[in-house]
Amino acid sequence: MMWAGVLVACASCYVLKLAGLSLPTRVLQDPRVQRTVPLVPVALLAALVATQTFSTGHHLVLDVRAAALAAAVVAVLLRAPFLVVVASAAVTAALLRLV
Amino acid sequence: MIRDALGIGIASGAYALSFGAISTAAGLSLLQTCALSLLMFTGASQFALVGVVGAGGSVWAGAATAALLGSRNALYGLRLSSLLDARGWRRALAAHVVIDETTAMAIARESVPESRLAFWATGLAVFTLWNLGTLIGALATHALPDPKVLGFDAAPPAAFLALLAPRLRAREPMAIALAAGLVALVCLPFVPAGVPLLIVALLVALFGVLRSRT
Repeated sequence: MMWAGVLVACASCYVLKLAGLSLPTRVLQDPRVQRTVPLVPVALLAALVATQTFSTGHHLVLDVRAAALAAAVVAVLLRAPFLVVVASAAVTAALLRLV
Repeated sequence: MIRDALGIGIASGAYALSFGAISTAAGLSLLQTCALSLLMFTGASQFALVGVVGAGGSVWAGAATAALLGSRNALYGLRLSSLLDARGWRRALAAHVVIDETTAMAIARESVPESRLAFWATGLAVFTLWNLGTLIGALATHALPDPKVLGFDAAPPAAFLALLAPRLRAREPMAIALAAGLVALVCLPFVPAGVPLLIVALLVALFGVLRSRT
């Protein structure tokens, strides 16, 4: 099941890329498409940040991951590179679990 | 230009290390992790799929989220199609490397030949180092006894935040991000895992379509 999901997702992403290069420009130049598509990643990434920080299964929780996210926010504000942002969150969570 | 391409390749290789690690900690096998980087090859979508799976969602909810995040690549393709003018097998190959990095590098150039060179050089550098980084990150994480002790479960939200931050330069995306986070948390107790993301995607699409009508 995992493999099927992985491969279908890979195929979908490839078709989207190919569609951009292949479809007649008027389809994708529709102002509604132009305006809406860039908003989708903003909303989805924000929803991913929220759900993966403040929930476990179907429960809303506040645990060390919130502190880890706060560390990541500080790293982002300091314009740290991607890997440093991710590492700062992981290290914060690991250290807080030790105490 | 080649140096720029290599610089971006190295940066994405470092970022792929964290993808390999997060994917492995989420329970995907080494082969599945590498398949995502080889075949999907679009960072935010890959992180989304493994993030949803790692949080206990179904792989199908993860796949849907990955595809929705990949929709922006279609718009990149639109901007690049006249520039690249690739046909046949070259177009099939070019499509695979239509991502944030290659688009940014290609459209920043003054002339068409420079744009094409930037596109292909960046694509090759990022593809090579992204996959190498993924493999190393996954192998290193396989060697660890318990990824959770090292805080790996706290890493995905930080990765999503780092991908989100550059898109928040105006007031509207900031408001959308806050609303999306809240809506997802409100829905979460009542629907299957991963579905809050699809609800958010539907709402933002409705918002975009209604707003552009006025």
